[in-house]
Amino acid sequence: MSELEIQASATGRSPGGPSGRVGRLRIGRLRVTVVELAAVLVALLLLTAAVAPRLLAPGDPLAIDPLAAFGAPSWAHWFGTDESGRDIYTRVIDGAGDSLLIGLTATVIGLVLGAVLGTVAGTLGAAVDFTVNRFLEVLFAFPGLLLALLFILVFGPGPGSAIVAVGLSTAPGYARIIRAQLLRVRSAAFVEAATVQGLGRRRILTRHILPNTLAPLLVLGTLGVGQAIVWAAALSYLGLGAQPPAAEWGAMLSAGRTYITSSWWMSFFPGLFIVLTAVCATALGRAIEKRMRHA
Amino acid sequence: MIPPRTDPATTSAARSDPALPALRVRNLRVAFGDPDTPPAVDGVSFDVAPGECLAIVGESGSGKSVTARSLLGLTGPGARLSADDLSLAGESVLGLSEAAWRRRRGRDVGLVLQDALASLDPLRPIVREIGDSLRLHTRQSGTERTARVLEILESVGLPDAHRYAGRRSGELSGGQRQRALIAAALALDPPLLVADEPTTALDVTVQAQVLRLLEQVRDRGTAIVLISHDLAVVSRIADRIAVMHDGRIVETGPAAQVLQNPRHAETRRMLAAVPVDKPRGSRLAPADGTAPATIVLSARTPTDAHPAVPALEATGLVKTFTGPHGTRHRAVHDVSFRLEQGSTLGIVGESGSGKTTTARLVLALTAADAGEVRLLGQPWSSLAEAGRRERRPLIGAVYQDVLASFDPRLSVREILGHAITGPGTPAAPGEGRGARRARQASRTRVLLDEVGLVPGILDKRPTDLSGGQRQRVGIARALASRPRILICDEPVSALDVSVQAQVLDLLDEVQREHDLSVLFISHDLGVIQHVSDRVAVMHEGRVVETGPAEQVFAAPRNAYTQALLGAVPRLQ
Repeated sequence: MSELEIQASATGRSPGGPSGRVGRLRIGRLRVTVVELAAVLVALLLLTAAVAPRLLAPGDPLAIDPLAAFGAPSWAHWFGTDESGRDIYTRVIDGAGDSLLIGLTATVIGLVLGAVLGTVAGTLGAAVDFTVNRFLEVLFAFPGLLLALLFILVFGPGPGSAIVAVGLSTAPGYARIIRAQLLRVRSAAFVEAATVQGLGRRRILTRHILPNTLAPLLVLGTLGVGQAIVWAAALSYLGLGAQPPAAEWGAMLSAGRTYITSSWWMSFFPGLFIVLTAVCATALGRAIEKRMRHA
Repeated sequence: MIPPRTDPATTSAARSDPALPALRVRNLRVAFGDPDTPPAVDGVSFDVAPGECLAIVGESGSGKSVTARSLLGLTGPGARLSADDLSLAGESVLGLSEAAWRRRRGRDVGLVLQDALASLDPLRPIVREIGDSLRLHTRQSGTERTARVLEILESVGLPDAHRYAGRRSGELSGGQRQRALIAAALALDPPLLVADEPTTALDVTVQAQVLRLLEQVRDRGTAIVLISHDLAVVSRIADRIAVMHDGRIVETGPAAQVLQNPRHAETRRMLAAVPVDKPRGSRLAPADGTAPATIVLSARTPTDAHPAVPALEATGLVKTFTGPHGTRHRAVHDVSFRLEQGSTLGIVGESGSGKTTTARLVLALTAADAGEVRLLGQPWSSLAEAGRRERRPLIGAVYQDVLASFDPRLSVREILGHAITGPGTPAAPGEGRGARRARQASRTRVLLDEVGLVPGILDKRPTDLSGGQRQRVGIARALASRPRILICDEPVSALDVSVQAQVLDLLDEVQREHDLSVLFISHDLGVIQHVSDRVAVMHEGRVVETGPAEQVFAAPRNAYTQALLGAVPRLQ
């Protein structure tokens, strides 16, 4: 349903005239879809949880209460409790910080690495381009997560290496896109027009080529955050990222796995938040992309 | 050449009754979007008789294409269409369901679009594309269909049709593709053909062939609705002309009457805008929006005022491209010309004649294999790019696809600002950031004023401007570095005739104002005739004829030039 709504508003002319505008809102001069609005609200909620978790969940995420262990969701414990009686709601909110940090940092690492590799390949001549491309092809031959696993195998598990591992494994994709974009922009008519105006190569590169190449990175990055969070959670789930009892979503999901038949809430709520974050980041990315295209 | 109508399956009863018009439209209204936006088509009425060609002319946005599409039920789901009558051969087609329309399209009314490349499936041979309508509407066998397709291909002037039938649209030339598209529209021999700008993307000689083909189709008894923005093109085959403006038909009548005694201001404006046969220096567009009297501005004083040194001199230019399979293609072959200071040299030729390659060689964007370009008597093409850079401000360039020539991130203010403080306008010694900004702002105002734009557009991006405004910004940018020479590569080809007139007038003004030498490249002979002092005609990479404009146009010596001139659409 949400996909349909985005598409209907993206095509501009929705069938059936005014009645076809379900899912569109107007706030001041800004036109947004319901999905975009929801994504912004969820993002704000997640950011609040990440920056000031005590505001949303005043309790201690590590406080043990053996008497309340395996409690189903109730008024006292909204998301239930785990095997030690820790409040899952408090832990999920508390974990937002770690999970978002991992996702964001990993994406930034991936983007920066990709941008550097892509730019180097696209600007420093055919030999460099060839070398970088073959290197990227080798990296592409491994599934991304496998690459991350390899890295952790070498450098040992932990949140730090999980971040770097996810960043590394997303870099080749970004590098490819940036290189292609760079080649496209470099042969664009407006670059030629700048040459005709008498601009030097360096000024054309810094003033026209690089800004137009890197602008789409914002969209790519927002879309990538969702993926990075899922991957980081996957690593933690495998016990290679954040370690229990840290309140990280992937690690919590992993811890709940043992009790999934009796206490579904232990893995359901961390999983729900992973999905929510990824969906929200993707929706925001699409919204930015749409607006950049119209700008 | 075209076989008579014989197939009884596709001959409707109405066709034998000449009293019934092939198409009757009464008070047609089409609106999109909010109910308060004005309708795209507002109260349009006309009839078209069998064997008659009605041309609907107007600028972009006048509603002519929407009118054409409503004749086939193709206005799209967002459109609100109403009419007192809309009937094909006496049968009302108002409120038909999509399925009912589908049965009629191709059989009762055919459509020819402008962009043949986009209208044909690139992966299917044209014999199957054209055969589709036969497959859907008749019970013919595959062999019969193929035979009919070959027959129709021959009739649209593709001899040896079997050679073309198996090709895909990408393997055909522009003219062949347009013929294939017309063939597809004619496959079922519909009594009405709607042609939306069928020749706009074509070279003049091909355009002339396609118009002749449409003429034959009409003479055979098919009613044609021809949509165009160009009065000169339609004057060739239209029996009647309807002029559209802001969604309404403002004038309609027999072609000769509309062309010779236009009653409405819009018609007069469109007629005045046609550049062909209008002398050099006469205005094409009125300054105040009314129809212009033919004001011949004071004749310029070319050549004599400027001694010997030409603005540009090209000698023996050669450029060869190597294709993907090692095939070599000579784009430019031994091209030489002189552009005298203060004058305009028009380079004219059809697509593939090497015009644009010549422009790129002159701009030193590609290196020539042989030959040299000299700028104001000094070396130019032989310099290294670093050495050339400081002389680049001497040449301004105006492009056809002006939108692509602007950095998409920049506003008009930034585009002009960059050009103003670019090379050739070095900062004064000790000039601070504030002073530079002030200089930029004042020069931007001067430039805008010069190209007739208001400061209100400064913070817009080129994508938000109209085609004419964009080209004006393009000209302002070209003038920013105070060049001596302007290279214009098809600067008006993407514009409506009336906007083209304004831009041509503007180029003429700035040329006088700044005593510029202009190299004007175009496929449009009418435009070239209007702007040029001297003309060079290019064909297959060579300059086949060169001389003063009046001489070349009045008494062409070369056979190709003669053929080209014979094909130019003139107001008749």
